[in-house]
Amino acid sequence: MNSPITSSNDPSTADTASTVSITPRLDVRHLSTFFDTDEGLIRSVADVSFSIRPGKTTALVGESGSGKSVTSLTLMRLLSRTAATQVSGQALFTNRAGETLDLLALPEPAMRRIRGNEIAMIFQEPMTSLNPVFTVGEQIAESVRLHMGLDRSAALAHAQRMLELVEIPAAAQRLHEYPHQLSGGMRQRVMIALAMACNPTLLIADEPTTALDVTIQAQILELMRRLQAETGMSILFITHNLGVVAHHADDVAVMYAGRIVESAPVRELFALPRHPYTQGLLACLPAQQRKRELAAGEVGAKRRLYAIRGQVSSPLAPPPGCAFEPRCDHALAACREAMPALESAGPHRSARCILVRETATVPALPVETA
Amino acid sequence: MKIPLTLKKLFRRRIVLAAGICLLVVVLVALLANVITGYDPNETAVRERLSVPTASHLMGTDELGRDLFARIAFGGRYSLTIAALTAFGAIVFGTLFGLLAGFFRRLDAPIMRVVDAMMSLPDILLAIALVAILGPSMLNVVLALVLVYSPRVARVVRASTLVVRELLFVEAARAVGVSTGRILWRHILPNLMSPILVQASFIFAYAILAEAALSFLGVGVPPEIPTWGTMVAGSQQYAHEALWIVLFPGLAIILTALSLQLLGDGVRDLLDPRLKKSL
Repeated sequence: MNSPITSSNDPSTADTASTVSITPRLDVRHLSTFFDTDEGLIRSVADVSFSIRPGKTTALVGESGSGKSVTSLTLMRLLSRTAATQVSGQALFTNRAGETLDLLALPEPAMRRIRGNEIAMIFQEPMTSLNPVFTVGEQIAESVRLHMGLDRSAALAHAQRMLELVEIPAAAQRLHEYPHQLSGGMRQRVMIALAMACNPTLLIADEPTTALDVTIQAQILELMRRLQAETGMSILFITHNLGVVAHHADDVAVMYAGRIVESAPVRELFALPRHPYTQGLLACLPAQQRKRELAAGEVGAKRRLYAIRGQVSSPLAPPPGCAFEPRCDHALAACREAMPALESAGPHRSARCILVRETATVPALPVETA
Repeated sequence: MKIPLTLKKLFRRRIVLAAGICLLVVVLVALLANVITGYDPNETAVRERLSVPTASHLMGTDELGRDLFARIAFGGRYSLTIAALTAFGAIVFGTLFGLLAGFFRRLDAPIMRVVDAMMSLPDILLAIALVAILGPSMLNVVLALVLVYSPRVARVVRASTLVVRELLFVEAARAVGVSTGRILWRHILPNLMSPILVQASFIFAYAILAEAALSFLGVGVPPEIPTWGTMVAGSQQYAHEALWIVLFPGLAIILTALSLQLLGDGVRDLLDPRLKKSL
């Protein structure tokens, strides 16, 4: 059961994993998360399936409230028990030893051994995700002591190496500083050092750069890319920034209203988006707009930037058919009848749209004039 | 190396330094009571009763001719011990129940309703009832005061826990694989230190006053034990002819309570990492 490829962390072997036959690092199947609220049962994540290959990055893209973060918290089993959540589905995780475990069925102590050790997490808000009363060294050392069983001084030495790894200058001095003494970018580096401390096989990054300014964003992303190349870890990258996805992801899953509406390798998704929502998202990018204007020979024409009309439907009153139908430019009568299934739209990709079945491509978007 | 620097920071504010010195003097006088006073606190000398402060009786004598300075010094031992034990006990129980109520929602209602019930009774009345049941002794006074003050601490700690438990670093700690017990102890509790310390300094001061009140009402420590409270209580009817009889024990109570509160403030500011820069 210990296949040499799945248990390896070497990025060169991980590269061969692009064929489907390799065990994915994480294989999420039909994951659903419900919240039992006073207004009724809310399905925050519905029938989500995706996989992350060893050493690769899968991006989970979607707007606020689409269920990205709930998905990641469900996988880490960090949703509080008091929130009255119901989870179904499977999340098959292949650990360092090559064993495949269902994260959603593991007992809590076993799950605790995985958290921070095999699967680490970076949060969106570096300002509040560090404990204000401990030095950064102590916080990194805590994880190391917990999972690697090192003593205090060895753990602190390891913490210092981690700070050096994430390119924090004067690491020996920073080790003894409190979070409030560090800038936002530095704190996110500390969070990454904390996440990387036990050499995880899967890193869940929940909008790690959203709270940072653009130059720091680029540095942090470059750092994550370098660490991935060095350690061969997989990354689940949760973001709403398509530019970041284009540069850093290998596979993309687009979420809308708790469901995956399209998943594809990154190049194919950007070259030929199949779902109207993905098309709309891409059309919202200024660069894409310019490209369309160039193609139409209208350079310099003053056109309003495309925006998807309407807003996300309330999870309490979802539309009867396709969740995106009320906002879709290509909606048909059939869209209102039932939620379309996620259908194959070519090798390694799928989309949740009836137009994908009927035509090879959905017609190109019209560019609105101002 | 590290401690002197912390202390230096703490005493950078003059008022905190003054409070610290004042408290140190009170504690030293109490500890060295048998060395620096030439009298037994319970030795009566009726011929010297109600003597004004003189060279031989620094603070004068009371209605039975007992040396007031000796009584205040020895009384400090009892008053400070009662107050310290009360503060310690109230903090331990209050923090424990406050943490549990704030962190585990299921325990919140049961614990807090008991706390509410205890807080709905007037402090002194509850303490009087408890001492009356348990019988007057130093330990029983401490027990009664702990029971009276624990609910206040529990309230404050619960409120702070509710805030801290929602902060992202708690979730981050969980994501690193930290167990619930360790999160409570290592991650949440240290973040509650400033409200807890403020409560401790308040309770310490309150306990001195409450013990005085209990003794004044006759349900405190037995009269043969000189506490500051029993001294004010026992001598107040002579106050109009010998002001010093109540003035000096009263001053001891006020000075100690005030110093404690100022020191508590200083320690709170020091422990708050966000305020460290400005100090």
